[in-house]
Parts: sequence; structure tokens; C-alpha cells
Amino acid sequence: MTSYYEASARERLADLLDPGSFHEFLPATERVVSPHLVQLETPAAFDDGVIVGRGTLDGRPVLAAAQEGGFMGGAVGEVHGAKLVGLLERARDEKPAAVLLLVESGGVRLHEANAGLIGVSEIMRAVLALRSAGVPVLVLDGGQFGCFGGMGIVARLCDAIVMSEEGRLGLSGPEVIETTCGVEEFDSRDRALVWRTVGGKHRYLLGEADALVADNIAAFRKAAISLLDTKPDLSIEALTTEHEKLGARLEKFGSCHDALDIWSALGIEAPEGLPLLEADSFVAKVAGRRA
Amino acid sequence: MEKLTFEFLGGAPVNATRAPALVGVVGSGNLEILIEPEKLGGRCAVEILTAARGFGATWEAVLDDFFARHKLADVRISINDVGATPAVVSLRLDQAVENFLGGAQ
Amino acid sequence: MDARTLLEKLFPNGSEVAFDGLYFAGTGESSNGKVAVIGSIDAAPIGVELAFRMAGEVLRIVREYPARPDLPARPILLLVDTQGQRLSRRDELLGINGYMAHLAKCLQLARNKGHKIVGLVYSEAVSGGFLASSLLADRCYALPESQVRVMNLPAMSRITKIPLERLEELSKSSPVFAPGVGNYLKMGAVNALWEGDLSQRLAEALDVPPEGDSRRQWGEERDGRRLARGVAERVRHAAG
Repeated sequence: MTSYYEASARERLADLLDPGSFHEFLPATERVVSPHLVQLETPAAFDDGVIVGRGTLDGRPVLAAAQEGGFMGGAVGEVHGAKLVGLLERARDEKPAAVLLLVESGGVRLHEANAGLIGVSEIMRAVLALRSAGVPVLVLDGGQFGCFGGMGIVARLCDAIVMSEEGRLGLSGPEVIETTCGVEEFDSRDRALVWRTVGGKHRYLLGEADALVADNIAAFRKAAISLLDTKPDLSIEALTTEHEKLGARLEKFGSCHDALDIWSALGIEAPEGLPLLEADSFVAKVAGRRA
Repeated sequence: MEKLTFEFLGGAPVNATRAPALVGVVGSGNLEILIEPEKLGGRCAVEILTAARGFGATWEAVLDDFFARHKLADVRISINDVGATPAVVSLRLDQAVENFLGGAQ
Repeated sequence: MDARTLLEKLFPNGSEVAFDGLYFAGTGESSNGKVAVIGSIDAAPIGVELAFRMAGEVLRIVREYPARPDLPARPILLLVDTQGQRLSRRDELLGINGYMAHLAKCLQLARNKGHKIVGLVYSEAVSGGFLASSLLADRCYALPESQVRVMNLPAMSRITKIPLERLEELSKSSPVFAPGVGNYLKMGAVNALWEGDLSQRLAEALDVPPEGDSRRQWGEERDGRRLARGVAERVRHAAG
């Protein structure tokens, strides 16, 4: 069993898709690197930290992208963003069974902040246009750097999210909040606090993650296959339902100070024990209790 | 940042149809290595972009050892480095060659 | 420029806009007909409540003012003044990124239903707050005195460990990382700066026919973002 958390973006893609099926677009040999990093005397990567291509999953054609957290925390720069946008637009042309986004990103790359921010907004527009055209976009989140910043918004624009407990999903990372607002607002070194605030289990309980899986690539693969037939729905009915759910969340949990308060309010007994459970027993224990 | 280039002669040419190989990640203490077949008149060309300045002699020593192990010719090796130790560099170079020569023709 | 003055200039024929805290919404009379207005004031931090409220207003507009045989779907003007996303553990706990994504989906629904969406940065637009609002418009415009950024250079220097002097020097020739509405104009995110008669600029913007996301192209034409369009095209059409 290969750990999703420990694997590189390339290893994740190779093991997630059908064996040998992955074909990369603009591979390293094309050397489409960031000129902005070089200008700031910072080494660039030949793939700019994101691998995009096509393959099959359970025999069905998919397009897939994987961000490499090891390179600049998976942050989005001009080239990185454009590769994702190009892949999403290609999916509008080709209509694959789904697009898989193996996210791992701290958000916008500061060395090219304006290009990164605009790039993320283009990814957002492209995801929404693609879903409007009927192609589902599935997110996998279980890497070491989590999924934050603009990519955290992108993830929640998609059709479904698969997370491991180790995966994290949010907007402002704990370090950013601690640096700006002080350690009393968010102690980023309190690992337990970080994981129960932005980790996979909390996201699953809130209904944001559709599947919570163990930290291995095979489990992510199985969950992704089970979500392949998801039908994108951006109708007014669907968004009205989402609006009501988000409104109910503010009403019910808006005054909660900690994830434990929310888990209690969901009617889960001994919520302090949840972080210790393996994925399977966790999913079984919280069945019927998710928001 | 520093750019270094090295050349080695006297290796055995590899088949030009071999698929390129890429190993490693451009992260702190790590590096990525891309090996490609290229008609270079029997040379093995190495180009390094490294975040750490002033280690040219160390790189040369590591690459001399590498070339002694793997006598390649008509090969281009491109490296993006963020301060990997010589031990890590050697390990990655060996991995890259293994993937390159073990991969599809 | 404060929001009330701005509304008077945009809608000399009148507007009915209700202000509530940092949020405002209502309707303005343009020469092209009624325009729905949604916005914020005082460099509002965009937190879960504000994003939720804006999304609700978009849904209401889509429900109540759809396209009719004699009248197009009511256009939406975003006038969001924001210092960025609200930074708090509570917002993260409640899934602030999901609230922003919800707002983005509601705007896409409006777009799909034929509502034109125009963004105007009239004071400040920063990072996540910009991402969740004006950057989602069909076209984003800005007033020349407005401020647009991800992060100021001293903070950027601390985090990237690149000397401030180097960043300052490079920002004179590169629009790619430094704050400034001119940089966003050059990179194609801001379509144009609005000067002169603002009601006229709005009328012109409302006359632009719907188009896809052309910002990469503008960025390339203006020599601000040289790679994005070409790289995306190559991935889209790569063999295989």
C-alpha cells in the first residue's frame, strides 16, 4: 500500500490511474518553466509544479492534473495556472468521463503573485464552465501541504472531494492566520487543533468531502472510481439547496469555537475520540450524523 | 543562483529512441534530474541550475564519480537543484540512469 | 471614492440601494435599464456571512429578474471594496472557502442564465476577497485610484526571503508580482480603467456582448502576461 501523503505527484498519478495509461501534456522535456522564478534567482521546475495529462480510470477516459507540493508548496504561478486552465478547456472539447484534480497547494505563488491570482480565477471560471458543459470535476486531497488559498476555493467549486484524514482544506492556512492575527487566534504548531479544524474528518462531517479514505493511493482510486458517474448540477434548484445548507451551518454552528463543539452538536458521542479512529471505523461511527 | 555546465567524453552512445527520464522534485535539499538522449557527437552534457552558489568543485567531483559508474554518451542531463547534499545528488543520478536505461526503448 | 458618491456617479438617474453594515445591495437606473448592484464598503474583510449574503442576493436576482421576451436578464454590477478574505480560525472552521465557492457558483448560474456580470473595483481589491468577487465578473474594471494587490512588497520579501530592494527594483519593469491596478490592467485581469462620465462607462460595459474568459489574451496583447495564453493553448491542443 503506497501512502498518498508520502508519494510525489507523479507517483500518485501513476498509481491512481490504470497502469501505464497516463500520457503527459507538456512534459518536462518541453521545459515550460517559470521565467519569473529565474528572474528572482529561484530555481524553477521543468513542469512548474503541476503535471497534466490524460489516462484511463477503471477503463474510462479521464483528464488529470497533479500538483507537486514539494515544489514551492504546490503554489500557482503563471505557467502552473495556465496548464490547469488548458486541461480544463481541453475537457470541454473532449468530454472525458471526468477531470481529476490531485490538489496540493498553498495557493498563489508569491514570486508571481499577480499572475498566480489571476490564474486561479481563470481556473475557477474554467471549472465552472466545464461543469456547466456536463463534465464532472473530482478533487483528491491528501498531500502533505493540504489545499489552501485560491485552490481551496477551486476544490469547493468541483463536483466531489475525496480526502484522507491527513488531507487539509481551507482558505487561509494556519500559519498565515497565526502570523497575521497572533498565536492566540490560531496556534499553527498545535497539530491536533490544525487537523480538527481543516483536516479531512471535519470536512467530511460538514458534508464538504464526499469520501473519507485511508491514506493510501488504492483507497483514493477506489473512491474516485465510485464518483465517476457524478452529474454536475449548477441549476437554481441545486444552488438554492446548497444555499440553505450553508445558511443552516451558520445558524447551527456559527457560535462554535472548536470542531469538537460542532461534532457534539451533530449528535456524535465522545467526539474527542474521532481523531484517533481509522478511516473505516470513523466513517462507520459518524454514519447518519453528517451535516 | 548559479549555472554550471560539464561535459564528459568517452562514454558509450545510448539509443536515440530511448524515452527521457525524470526523477526528483525541486524542493529544499532536493533536486530534479532530467535525462534525455540527444545527438551530441559522443558527449555527455550536464547542465545544472543550483540555488547554492560556489559549489562548482563539489559538483564536479560528484559528476566525475557518476560518470565513472555510468559511461554515457549522446545524453543530456539537466538538473534543477535546491541545495541537495552530494549523497542525495549521487542517489538521484543513479535513480535517473536506472529509470532511463530500464525504461522503454 | 466612497460608495454613495460612486452610486450617484454611476446612476445619475437614480438608484435604490440599502446599506447594512459593510454590505449593500439594490438597483440602479442606467441608460440600458435597471442594474442590480451588490457590494461592500470600508475595505470589508470577506468572511462567511458576507460571502453567503452576496450569494443569496445573486440567487434572488436570478429568480426574480430572469430574461423575458422583451427584457434581458437583469445585469449584475459588483462593487466590492475588500481588504481580502477574513482571517480567522472560525471562518476556516466553518469552511469559508466553500462559502466563496458558493458565491462563485451562483454567479456562474447567473451567467449561464444570461445575466451580464460587471465588476468595478472602486477602492480596494485584495487577494481572496478579489478572487471571490470582481475577478468572477465577465469583465472587471477599476477606478484609476483604486488599489489592487495580493500582498505588499515588505511582507512578500519576508516570506520569500528575497531582498526588498530586489523586489522593488524588479517591480519597475515587471507587472507580475507587485501591487498596483496598472499591473492588473497590463496582465488582463482589469479590462480598463474608468475615467470621466462613469454612467457612460457603465452603459458601454453593459453593451459588450457575452464572451468567454479572454483575460489571457488581453494580458498577452498588453505584454503583461506573455505565457498564460500560449501555455493553455498548447495543453488544450497537445497531441495524444
